[in-house]
Amino acid sequence: MTTAAAAQRLPVDAGGPGATGAWGMILLIVTEASLFVYLLFSYFYLGSMARGSWPPSGPPELRLALPNTIILLVSSTTMWWADAGIRAGRQGRLRLGLLVTLALGVVFLAIQLAEYRGKQFTPHTNAYGSLFYTITGFHMAHVAVGLIMILVISVRGGLGHFSERRHLAVTNVTWYWHFVDVVWLAVFTSLYLSPRFL
Amino acid sequence: MATTAPAVPAPSLHEKLLRIWETPPGLFGVLATVDHKKIGKRYLATAFLFLLLGGLEAAVMRAQLARPDQHLLTPEAYNQLFSMHGITMIFLYASPILSGFSNYIWPLILGSRDMAFPRLNAFSYWVFLVSGIFLYSSFLIGQAPDRGWFAYAPMTGSTYSPGLNMDFYALGLILLTISTTVGAINFITTLFRLRAPGMSVNRLPIFVWGTLTTSFSMLFALPALTVACVMLYFDRRFGMHFFDASTGGHPMLWQHLFWIFGHPWVYIIVLPAMGLMSDLIPTFCRRPLVGYTYVALATVATGILGFGVWVHHMFSTGLPAMSTDFFSAASMVISIPSAVAVFAWLATIWHGRPVMRTPFLFAAGFIVLFVIGGVSGVVTAAVPFDWQVTDTYFIVAHLHYVLVGINVFPVIAGFYFWLPKMTGRLLDERLGRWNFWTMFIGFNLGFFPMHIAGLLGMPRRVYTYPAGLGWDTVNLISTIGSYLFAIGVLLFLINVFWSLRRGRVAGPNPWDGPTLEWAVSSPPPAYNFALLPTVGSRHPLWEERLNEPGSRSRITEGPALVEGRETLGVSPLDAQANEVLTMPEDSLYPFFLALSLLVTFYGLLTGAWALAIVGGVLVLVMTVGWLWPSAPVEEASP
Repeated sequence: MTTAAAAQRLPVDAGGPGATGAWGMILLIVTEASLFVYLLFSYFYLGSMARGSWPPSGPPELRLALPNTIILLVSSTTMWWADAGIRAGRQGRLRLGLLVTLALGVVFLAIQLAEYRGKQFTPHTNAYGSLFYTITGFHMAHVAVGLIMILVISVRGGLGHFSERRHLAVTNVTWYWHFVDVVWLAVFTSLYLSPRFL
Repeated sequence: MATTAPAVPAPSLHEKLLRIWETPPGLFGVLATVDHKKIGKRYLATAFLFLLLGGLEAAVMRAQLARPDQHLLTPEAYNQLFSMHGITMIFLYASPILSGFSNYIWPLILGSRDMAFPRLNAFSYWVFLVSGIFLYSSFLIGQAPDRGWFAYAPMTGSTYSPGLNMDFYALGLILLTISTTVGAINFITTLFRLRAPGMSVNRLPIFVWGTLTTSFSMLFALPALTVACVMLYFDRRFGMHFFDASTGGHPMLWQHLFWIFGHPWVYIIVLPAMGLMSDLIPTFCRRPLVGYTYVALATVATGILGFGVWVHHMFSTGLPAMSTDFFSAASMVISIPSAVAVFAWLATIWHGRPVMRTPFLFAAGFIVLFVIGGVSGVVTAAVPFDWQVTDTYFIVAHLHYVLVGINVFPVIAGFYFWLPKMTGRLLDERLGRWNFWTMFIGFNLGFFPMHIAGLLGMPRRVYTYPAGLGWDTVNLISTIGSYLFAIGVLLFLINVFWSLRRGRVAGPNPWDGPTLEWAVSSPPPAYNFALLPTVGSRHPLWEERLNEPGSRSRITEGPALVEGRETLGVSPLDAQANEVLTMPEDSLYPFFLALSLLVTFYGLLTGAWALAIVGGVLVLVMTVGWLWPSAPVEEASP
């Protein structure tokens, strides 16, 4: 069998987990994850160098942050449910799943902003304040970008762009959304939980 | 040898492929092209322009330092010049020039038709260009970055640096990291998806290993720079306290973040160049590289170890001995993979029949400079010695031997080697020899005495010095040598422009090279390969001569894929063809997205928030427009 004959039988833009677009998203996640590693490194570094207590104002409250964490975790599940839906060719599940995820993401952002409002310190108060708002702010920016992505694929889903075979954009956004979720777990553990143990 | 003959396609096939792949002429084509060869050439030209600008800055500084007590420049002007010299050479020249070679050569050497993300490739170039424009626009208001290329806190804070100088630095570098990051993602994906079938990872040219390692390093290292620059900008613009010791911040945080990025960056700007040498030297020695596997592994090992040595830039900052000892040892260990490569090159030359053409001369010069720069590196890895010479001209000498030796010399060698592929014409040999010896002698004359100036205690970055400290003669020699070096670079430029008009026609394979880029015409057609080749060994064009056991490459037969902009997708490691990929068309989105970023960053720079928001909205619109499918979405063919 010649190569030319073999090429005749190859699928065109097969998609799937090894698709070129999937590589792009995974590598983006890798470098974005490194970004958060360095942000958290900075947090722990300044913490380790601090004179006096760290955080200066005591560990941040869990009253809003813990339920918010759960909301974000649930949104990952609904996103997964939407993605699995379109893989099975079910347009309705895709649309509903995306809509619920979108709503949960917006609620997360709203609660986060409400938590900001109740804070006794600002980014200008001290280095801890700068770190707290920059790290959580970076995460919120990632949530916002994720929400824009979900909005775009919701519209595209409505226009019938996706199917059982064609859903790379949905899968990529799902990956990104899971990443945003995992990063939040790291941020939450570092900023909210670690001061209670360390 | 049949296999070295270029695959000359039938005229009808050629026409058909050209219609599919060629960028239309005119303004649209200029701004919208996604052809990796055009983008590669733009990268090379732009980065070389920055080399000349950085060289000009250095020339002015050398004029100032030629004699004691000179006052051509004010201290402030001198600060801006040495800072922009470093920023230009390290960020705007050294890495982009290698990206240029990789962009141009990768799809050819890998036997494909384009990069994995052609539009991202165009975007990467445009953002590189706008970041350069952004950084250089600082000169227009006389506020260029002026705190050195590594910009230590707290000198960069708004208290000690009230102008916009360091805002240009922080934001300009963030822009550049965007360009570099998307470039890295593109190279990695290209490598794992878009190779000729059969080009398993053990058959990759070392140049490809170099760029691949570098691209991975970028993904992990660049975010440290981004974070550091964001913090710097936040400190300066919004009054935050990351580097402010009085409110719980720490200036050392900058140094850690910067060098966690900075040292891998050193390897990022040398590994592809070393890889290029590992492919070029065997071509001119008429035999395969000795120890291919070891050199490939050494390349990867250097990339990984590069993340474990950053503290050797910080030995004099008062870190605990435990920490400096560890990093001192790590810094010595990293010389081992470099030595592996050096011995592999020497053995290749020893066992080969070297052909003394200009590219080989530059490669030989590179080995000499690499060894000198390597030795001065190993000695400064020893903490007590480093304490003596840190912040002196010894370090300036060391870093120039490393960066000029392992980047500029291979780059010039690369031009002599690959420019005939790009233009179809050879550079002149006689002028090439003059070019090499002027640069080699000029460089050593200019930079070797800096070791001595450093040992005599001359600190780096002083804008002038008094007579009678014993530094006069070495500085005069350095100035003369560096001007000779500059003349050498000029000779190279003359050679390039001469060759464009009068150079001997190169033909597809002027050096009788072994890899796939030499199998297509010079310059290659827009579609690269009319029939996509299959690779059976490390040296597809040398197979008959080497007569190694095992499979053979097929260069003159293969699938043509003329249904659209198509190329083959392969499995990541063993390169089995597993799909036909439809590649994107030319597009204006990358250009306009880069422009929108520039608008946003000028808004951030000046605190014109309305402008920044307009820019941000434009970025969003351009991104969504880019990603929106242009053609009706179809079902995959079964």
